[in-house]
Amino acid sequence: MAQRAPEADFRTRLQEWIPKLVLSPSLAAMLVFVYGFIALTIYLSVSDSKMLPSYDLVGFENYAKLWNLSAWWTAVVNLLIFSSLYIGICTAIGLTLAILLDQKIRGEGILRPIYLYPMALSFIVTGTAWKWIMDPGIGIENTMHLWGWASFEFNWIKDRDMAIYTVVIAAVWQTSGFVMAMFLAGLRGIDNEILKAAQIDGASNWSLYRRIVIPLLRPAFLSAFVILAHLAVKSYDLIIALTGGGPGRATELPATFMYSYTFTRNSMGIGAASAVIMLMTIAAIMTPYLYAELKEKK
Amino acid sequence: MAVAEQDTAVRTGGITRAFIYGILLLFMFFYLMPLFVMIANSLKPLAEITGGNMMALPDTWTAEPWRQAWSSAQIGVEPTGLKPYFINSILMVVPSVAISTVLGALNGYVLTKWSFRGDKIIFGLLLFSCFIPFQIVLIPMATVLGKLGLAGSIPGLILVHVVYGIGFSTLYYRNYYAAFPTELVRAAMIDGAGFFRIFWRIMLPVSGPITVVCVIWQFTNIWNDFLFGASFGGQTQPMTVALNNLVQSSTGVKEYNVHFAGAILAALPTLLVYIVAGRYFVRGLMAGSVKG
Repeated sequence: MAQRAPEADFRTRLQEWIPKLVLSPSLAAMLVFVYGFIALTIYLSVSDSKMLPSYDLVGFENYAKLWNLSAWWTAVVNLLIFSSLYIGICTAIGLTLAILLDQKIRGEGILRPIYLYPMALSFIVTGTAWKWIMDPGIGIENTMHLWGWASFEFNWIKDRDMAIYTVVIAAVWQTSGFVMAMFLAGLRGIDNEILKAAQIDGASNWSLYRRIVIPLLRPAFLSAFVILAHLAVKSYDLIIALTGGGPGRATELPATFMYSYTFTRNSMGIGAASAVIMLMTIAAIMTPYLYAELKEKK
Repeated sequence: MAVAEQDTAVRTGGITRAFIYGILLLFMFFYLMPLFVMIANSLKPLAEITGGNMMALPDTWTAEPWRQAWSSAQIGVEPTGLKPYFINSILMVVPSVAISTVLGALNGYVLTKWSFRGDKIIFGLLLFSCFIPFQIVLIPMATVLGKLGLAGSIPGLILVHVVYGIGFSTLYYRNYYAAFPTELVRAAMIDGAGFFRIFWRIMLPVSGPITVVCVIWQFTNIWNDFLFGASFGGQTQPMTVALNNLVQSSTGVKEYNVHFAGAILAALPTLLVYIVAGRYFVRGLMAGSVKG
C-alpha cells in the first residue's frame, strides 16, 4: 500500500487536471478569436486605420465621421424599418399559424415541415429565388399580366423607396415558419386544465386566447423577439443576394455598410466603428436574455 | 416536450374550420411557391422563362440548365460550373462539423460533470459568442489568417468555422448532459473510472440524439455560410459564394434557368438533411432559443 500511494496521488492530481486541459483549447480559441478579436476591432475603431490596420489612436474621430455619413444613416434607418416589420410580421404570422395548427388539424404533420423548410436554406438561395420572383420582367408582375390582370404592378425591387420591403418579404418567408414552431411549442406546453376551466366559465374562443393563452405565451414572445432581432441586425447574405444593397444604396444595412467601408472603400477605422455599434446593439438585446436564461437554469 | 392531449381545442363550427383550413393552405402555397418556381424553371429552356409564365410548368422539359449549372456555367472568370465549389464546400464542412462537435461534446461533459469555480462564467462567455455579429471579428481574422498562411484556403475556413461553431455545439451538449444523472458519473468515479473512460462508456452511449441535433445544426450553418466564405475563401470559395457570383454576374444574357438549377444544387444538401431528419433540425433550432 505504502509504495502505491505516490502513484495514486499522481493519478488523482492528473484526474483533477484533465477536465481543465480538455476544456483549455476551446477556452483559448474563444478568448483569442472571439473576445481578443472584439477588443482588437474596438481598438481599430479608435485608430486611423485606412486600407490596412494601423495602431495610431485618433480617439472617437471614426465614430464622429460615421454618424456624419449619409450612407450610415441610410443603413441605420433601413435597419429600423426592416427589423420592425420583419419582427412584427414574423411574429404575427408565426402566432397565427401556430394557433390555427393547434386546432386538431388533419395533416398537421405535413403542413408543419412545409412551413419550416425555408429555415434549412441558405439566405443566398432564398435571395436568388425571390430576386427573380419579384423581378418585374419575368416574375409575379409578368405572371399577373399573362393571367389577364393587365394593370398589376409590382416593381418594388427596382424602386428605391420600396426595395427595402422586398427584403422584408424574403426574410419573412424564410423565418416565419420557425417562429410558428416556437409558438406551437409554447402552446403545447400550456396546461389544458386551465383552458377547460375557462371554457366551463363560458369564455368565448376569442377571449380565451386573448386573456389566457397569449399571456401564457410570454416566454415564446420573448424568445422570438430576441432571435429575430439578432438575426435582423446580422442580416447580410440576404441583402447581397437579393438586391446587392441597391438600387443605388437603397437597401444597405449596417452589415453591408461595414463590409464595403472596410474592404472596398479603404476606411477600416470607420468600418470597425460600425461593427462595434452592431455588436453593442446585439449585446443590448442578448445579454439580459442570456443572463436570465442562465440564472433560471441553476 | 410533453404533448398534452388536445381535446379542448377551441369549439369551432364548420364555417370556422373551413376558414382555418383555407388560411393554412394559403400559407402552404406561400412557402412552397418559391421552391416550385425554382424547380419548374430550372427544367425549362431560357426562352420559356423570358417569354413565358414563371408559374407554369415547362412545355419542353430539359435537364440542360442543370448540366450547365453543374459543369459549365461561368463562375467569376472560369467556365467551371458549380462542381468545384460544391466539392470545396464538402471539404470544408465535413472536418468543421466533426471537430466542432467533438469539442462541444467534451466541453459540455466538463462543464456539467466536472464543474469547477468559474465554469458558469466560461459557459456564459461561450454562449454570448454564439450570437455576436461576425463583422466584429472580420478584420482581425483576415489579418491572422494571412499571418498563419491560411488565407484563401480550406484549412483557413475550417479553422474559422470550428472556432465560431464551438459555442453552439457546447451549448447543445451542456444542456443535454445537465439532465443526465450525475450520480452515475460519481459512482463510476468511485469505481476508479477516469475522465475519458466515463466519457466513452457512460456519456457517449446516451449522446446519440444530441449528436444528431448538433451535427445537423453545424452542417446546415456551415454549408449555408456566406460571410466567411466570401471574406476568406479566396480561390477556394464555398458553394454559396459561387452561386452568388453566378447569379450576380453582369456579363452576357441572364440565364435564369441556370441560376435556379444552381440555387437548388446549393440548397440540396441541407434540404435533404431536413427531409431525412427534420425532427432533429427543429430540435436544434429550438434548443438554441427556447428554454429547455
